[in-house]
Amino acid sequence: MYPYILPCIVILSVAFYLLGARRANSIAVFYGGTKNLHSLPSHYGLYSAICCALPPILVFVLWRIFEETFITSSLSQSLPQEYLTLSANELTLVYNEIKNVALGGFGANSSNQVIKDAATLYLANLHSARNLVCALIVVLGIIPPLFALKHISKDLRARNIVENIGMAVLIACSAVAILTTVGIVLSVIFEALHFFKAVPVSDFLFGLKWSPQVAMRADQAGSSGAFGAVPVFLGTFLIASIAMSVAIPIGLLSAIYLSEYATNRTRTLVKPILEILAGIPTVVYGFFAALTVAPLIRDIGTALGCSVSSESALAAGLVMGIMIIPFVSSLSDDVIHAVPQTMRDGSLALGATHFETIRNVIIPAALPGIVGSILLAISRALGETMIVVMAAGLSANLTFNPLTAVTTVTVQIVTLLVGDQEFDSPKTLAAFALGLLLFIFTLILNIIALKIVRRYREQYE
Amino acid sequence: MEIATNPTDTPFSIIMPKPIDHENSSDQIVQPDRETVGIPFVKHPRMSCRDVVVRYGDKQAINSISIDVGKNEALAMIGPSGCGKSTFLRCLNRMNDTIPSCRVEGSICLDGIDIYDPATDVVPLRARVGMVFQKPNPFPKSIYDNVAYGPQIHGLTSTKAELDTIVETSLSKAGLWDEVKDRLQEPGTGLSGGQQQRLCIARAIAVSPEVILMDEPCSALDPIATAKVEELIAELRTQYSIVIVTHAMQQAARVSQRTAYFHLGDLVEVGATDKVFTNPLHKLTEDYITGRFG
Repeated sequence: MYPYILPCIVILSVAFYLLGARRANSIAVFYGGTKNLHSLPSHYGLYSAICCALPPILVFVLWRIFEETFITSSLSQSLPQEYLTLSANELTLVYNEIKNVALGGFGANSSNQVIKDAATLYLANLHSARNLVCALIVVLGIIPPLFALKHISKDLRARNIVENIGMAVLIACSAVAILTTVGIVLSVIFEALHFFKAVPVSDFLFGLKWSPQVAMRADQAGSSGAFGAVPVFLGTFLIASIAMSVAIPIGLLSAIYLSEYATNRTRTLVKPILEILAGIPTVVYGFFAALTVAPLIRDIGTALGCSVSSESALAAGLVMGIMIIPFVSSLSDDVIHAVPQTMRDGSLALGATHFETIRNVIIPAALPGIVGSILLAISRALGETMIVVMAAGLSANLTFNPLTAVTTVTVQIVTLLVGDQEFDSPKTLAAFALGLLLFIFTLILNIIALKIVRRYREQYE
Repeated sequence: MEIATNPTDTPFSIIMPKPIDHENSSDQIVQPDRETVGIPFVKHPRMSCRDVVVRYGDKQAINSISIDVGKNEALAMIGPSGCGKSTFLRCLNRMNDTIPSCRVEGSICLDGIDIYDPATDVVPLRARVGMVFQKPNPFPKSIYDNVAYGPQIHGLTSTKAELDTIVETSLSKAGLWDEVKDRLQEPGTGLSGGQQQRLCIARAIAVSPEVILMDEPCSALDPIATAKVEELIAELRTQYSIVIVTHAMQQAARVSQRTAYFHLGDLVEVGATDKVFTNPLHKLTEDYITGRFG
């Protein structure tokens, strides 16, 4: 019964929907048509269906959350005395073993008789509890909607009730997004705090050397580890600024061309092509950068007589800039297109040329949106990993020279967390600290963006 | 404007309704009963339009209109919605150029020079024929910059002091100076609707145009703001020629010296405003101003 409980709820709800709608219809016939009811028959149907589905689903969700705790706590009384004196961690291991034996998972053939007995008990408890839950769910799926059916009358405000429940669903959905964000931030903060126990905050924030390899054993010849984040962030901002100096002019100017000069036909043709750029996977850009652009830059550099390493910030930045162009151009184009025609007319009627109109009136009017698109692009540039891994290298050089190899925050996080990890070593935890700092940077960026947008919006509307 | 009593000395060349020529009317777009009556022409016009036809694609919006705009007069254009008066107004400074499907035929001369001649540059033309729109459309700039914009792009001033003077005189002429002189750096969009419209008028007169076109300038304003703008129009008329499109017939009667009545793309009647409103020559005009139509 238990595996079929969700389909049962669905079938019951559909049945009660039909019953509710039918009852409403028959009431409508009595009062002379649906126009005399407060709500449409479908509202009454939905009302009964919700009464049918909501309580069982709530019970089911609660049960899924607390099932584990409930069953294990029922086991604890039956375990022999010596197990109860174990520490919490060891007790968890024992429970896991019991569970594995009972459900036939990994390590299912235990020789320990106590474990076997406990496993049998576990299964028995689980089944009886689940049967109980099933019964409860079926009762809850039938009794309340029966009351709801009885409750249906000409004046029942089913429409409002259904809409209120709809609103509750909307709130729940937005809560999911918010709670997820909060959860991620909290977990990053806690891991970062662990890291800052091993490495002082000031060393991390102001240290000029990044070399996260630590000796795992006493006799190992590895370095002791240096966790200065400055070179990593410098590399990030170097590459991001190269990318932005490519993407902002090209993106913005092509947006101006598209929205102001191009005919409608050109626009509908060119814009999707530009947007395809955004659809290319970053890993493709990555090998394009590593195999085509980086060698090209090196060759040009050699021809000009400067030393260029085969992995350079310039190559990564240029390709990243190309990748970001559609973010700037597409959004800016929409924003410029949305500037009202009256604004253009006003300027043209003063004898301004088309270009003067664009420069003095349209761009200022569209500025909030343009700034928004640029900041979105910057966030994208700061978070980009693949291109940098492939084209810019891994060595954390403290340099402003775009012709040398640099590394970025995201690349370092990847290299720190790839492979086998121990979560008590500062090397691994450093990833969380980097993530936290990057998060703080992008947060500040977003706040600045919001401030700018709000200021101009007040001014221009 | 003086109006002479003796018909031979009149500054207006009075056109009486032409006898209808049924033989030749087949190729004419103007329907015989919509032939312009009244006095469309003046002796020393600022702008003179002859046989102006406007088409949007295949649709003809204006059928062969001829009319003059005199110096220092306010010419009101009235008529039911969709009669082509706004379209015609936008022809006078070639704002219709921004609409790709729009074609203008005939001739429109400003001080004797055809503005639709290919040799004519549209940019200085629009500086000489300014325009105020139906909805106030201040730029997303400060009040000062809104007014200074025109003089700046045309290089009318060389020093900041000159620019300040232009801004102040323009705002004063628009009757807005006393209200905004302490907040010139605040955004123009923060003003009330009536103030915004007067700011747009100040912006238009800052480039010292010869003609100001107004496309229902008061339709988005409340009665008090409307009264102020009307007062302003009466004052501006002493220096500029004004062509105003309006739906409010009282407004046309209050601010204009001559009134033109448009009907479905035709110019039906033009005449001195008091004549048109008290003693219209054409049946359609009479129907419209008495409220039987439109």
